[in-house]
Amino acid sequence: MTKSSNKTKTSAAKPVNKRSECSKEQARHYLRQMMHIRKFEDKMMDLMSKNIAQGGSHLYAGEEAVAVGAIAAIRPDDYIASTHRGHGHCVAKGGKLNELMAEILGKATGCCGGKGGSLHLADVSTGNLGANGVVAGGLGIATGAALSIKMRKDDKVVICFFGDGAMNEGIVHECMNMASKWELPIIFLVENNLYGMSVAIARSSRLEDHTKRAVAYDMPSSSVDGQDVLAVRDAVATCAQRARDGRGPSMLVANTYRYYGHSRSDPRAYRTREEEAYWHDRDPIKLFSAQCIETGILSENEVKAVDDSTTEDIEQATQFAVDSPMPEASELYTDVYA
Amino acid sequence: MTAKETKQDQRILTYGQAINEALDQEMARDQSVFVMGEDIAIYGGAYSVTKGLWEKYGDERIRDTGISEGAIVGAGIGAAMTGMRPVVEIMYVDFMTLVMDQLCNQAAKLRYMFGGKIKVPLTIRTEGGAGRTLGAHHSQSLESWFMHIPGIKVVMPATPYDAKGLLLSSIRDDNTVVYIEHKMLYNTKGPVPEGEYTIPIGKAEVKRPGKDVSVFTYSRQLLFCQEAAEELANEGIDVEIVDLRTLLPLDVETIVESVRKTNRAVIVEEDTITGGSGAEIGMRIVEEAFDYLDAPVKRVAGADVPMPKSAALESLAIPSKQSIIKGIREVLQ
Ligand SMILES: Cc1ncc(C[n+]2csc(CCOP(=O)(O)OP(=O)(O)O)c2C)c(N)n1
Ligand SMILES: [Mg+2]
Repeated sequence: MTKSSNKTKTSAAKPVNKRSECSKEQARHYLRQMMHIRKFEDKMMDLMSKNIAQGGSHLYAGEEAVAVGAIAAIRPDDYIASTHRGHGHCVAKGGKLNELMAEILGKATGCCGGKGGSLHLADVSTGNLGANGVVAGGLGIATGAALSIKMRKDDKVVICFFGDGAMNEGIVHECMNMASKWELPIIFLVENNLYGMSVAIARSSRLEDHTKRAVAYDMPSSSVDGQDVLAVRDAVATCAQRARDGRGPSMLVANTYRYYGHSRSDPRAYRTREEEAYWHDRDPIKLFSAQCIETGILSENEVKAVDDSTTEDIEQATQFAVDSPMPEASELYTDVYA
Repeated sequence: MTAKETKQDQRILTYGQAINEALDQEMARDQSVFVMGEDIAIYGGAYSVTKGLWEKYGDERIRDTGISEGAIVGAGIGAAMTGMRPVVEIMYVDFMTLVMDQLCNQAAKLRYMFGGKIKVPLTIRTEGGAGRTLGAHHSQSLESWFMHIPGIKVVMPATPYDAKGLLLSSIRDDNTVVYIEHKMLYNTKGPVPEGEYTIPIGKAEVKRPGKDVSVFTYSRQLLFCQEAAEELANEGIDVEIVDLRTLLPLDVETIVESVRKTNRAVIVEEDTITGGSGAEIGMRIVEEAFDYLDAPVKRVAGADVPMPKSAALESLAIPSKQSIIKGIREVLQ
């Protein structure tokens, strides 16, 4: 590991924020969503290794607190733009597990009729503007949605998720500049998992602190422990309030880690097992479960109940997806034009 | 042929290994050759094509970049103009969309605009095609876009042998070459000589001589065409298969020669049919060999849709052995 990613490590190692407010209902909801995502992804890995799920999938395991915390801070009618690593965003935004799972398996019952798959996963009825197979492909879409909100004098906001690797695409900067100049209601949420595929941040950029990029666009920016669901939620809430108040965009960098390799065949030669162990220690679900029990928001039994029910939900979604039919041949030419 | 060469010819490599060997040999031979792209160093490339090269040549000549396709090709152009011979990798042809300005407005036109006083010896290796159910952003065949750009060359090898020889030619060429691999070919195997050899850009090859009908194809579709030809051979239909190998410049001479012989032409292409490579190939046949045709030229091509994810739909969106056989039968009627 490089010297500088050690720095990121230290800042991510802060204790879970204990001051955040969280009701019992909220705690249960966050835990349920994070567990859904984790189990969804573990199941996906299993289905891929059995070749029941074909094609590629970029799994979100390890990063659950980012999607869940961020989306908890906005309203159901707000928008998000997702990425190639989008399963978690879909679940957190309220996508139905059955339909998401079926979509990844290319089934007719999937939320996109089997036409999108993992890389284009989205239940658009939940305000999800879509996963994107093109890195940084969501930036323009999200910025445009924010422009539309502003022009229609609506009070919604957009969370634009993208990775640390995406930061080096030109359109990221074009969009941040445009959003800042026009004071658009958008949050540029960087999911900083330290690597773009195999390339560590320090291998592709001299600037390892992403928040500094926002300075160029006179946009406020901060970073947050992406393993702490409440910290993410509160940080996004601040950004969202700013956007809703008409004060424009902001950037938030959530420091996190992806557990699996970039793809199923990735031997992860670019990172150390020690680094992986460090982050597994800071598992967002473990941390939040412990915090809930410790502060008495949820009892051990209540946590266990969520654990059990989410396992059940994923099994059911998998069964639904596996049992679902493939799309009819006649679907090939539908949906090309409106 | 010497005994030694015969033995070498029997060495079997995968398509991916053949490309890797070409890169390695060219880097060893010519210090101005370097490779730049995403995840090509430690990772060895998304499809493992550059595996081992970083260990051998280091960060200086095997350069991992950020995710910045425009800069990768743009910097490749500038380096090529000033004495280097870069090979840049764009992980999926789908992301060539992000470099179209660099390719089309810069690389392709600079020499002409500056009165022939500049050359841009850049090779852009990329990879396309369907078959892995990756959906609409990782499965396209965009060669016809590049065929529409005067000033560049477009190469699409189908076999390991051609892949190596054409890559060496592409790197040594003084022009920008878009060299497009196919994701479903990487593990296919074939004989590849150990030594350096080049295959001329712009030269098609008759991969299977036949007398009843000419099939013009390239890249992965060659394999489907070969299967179709085998099956039709059982019925006594003798298919000639011409592997175009290069799409720009197109080897019109070999195409016409084949049509003159068989009097029937089928073009098999994976890209979407409207405005696809077959439109150009077919029109060349009409212009230059119309009098020899006994049937209208037929295209078997990709459906005019974004590539669907579902395996059930993806297989319908591109040609198959069955659809090729059907197309061949049509022109034989
Ligand atoms: C334009 C483009 N270039 C390259 C790729 C291949 N690719 C897919 S994901 C990825 C890494 C992205 O890194 P980051 O933005 O940090 O997201 P992460 O995968 O870490 O979540 C790359 C290079 C792509 N999909 N799109
Ligand atoms: Mg990343």
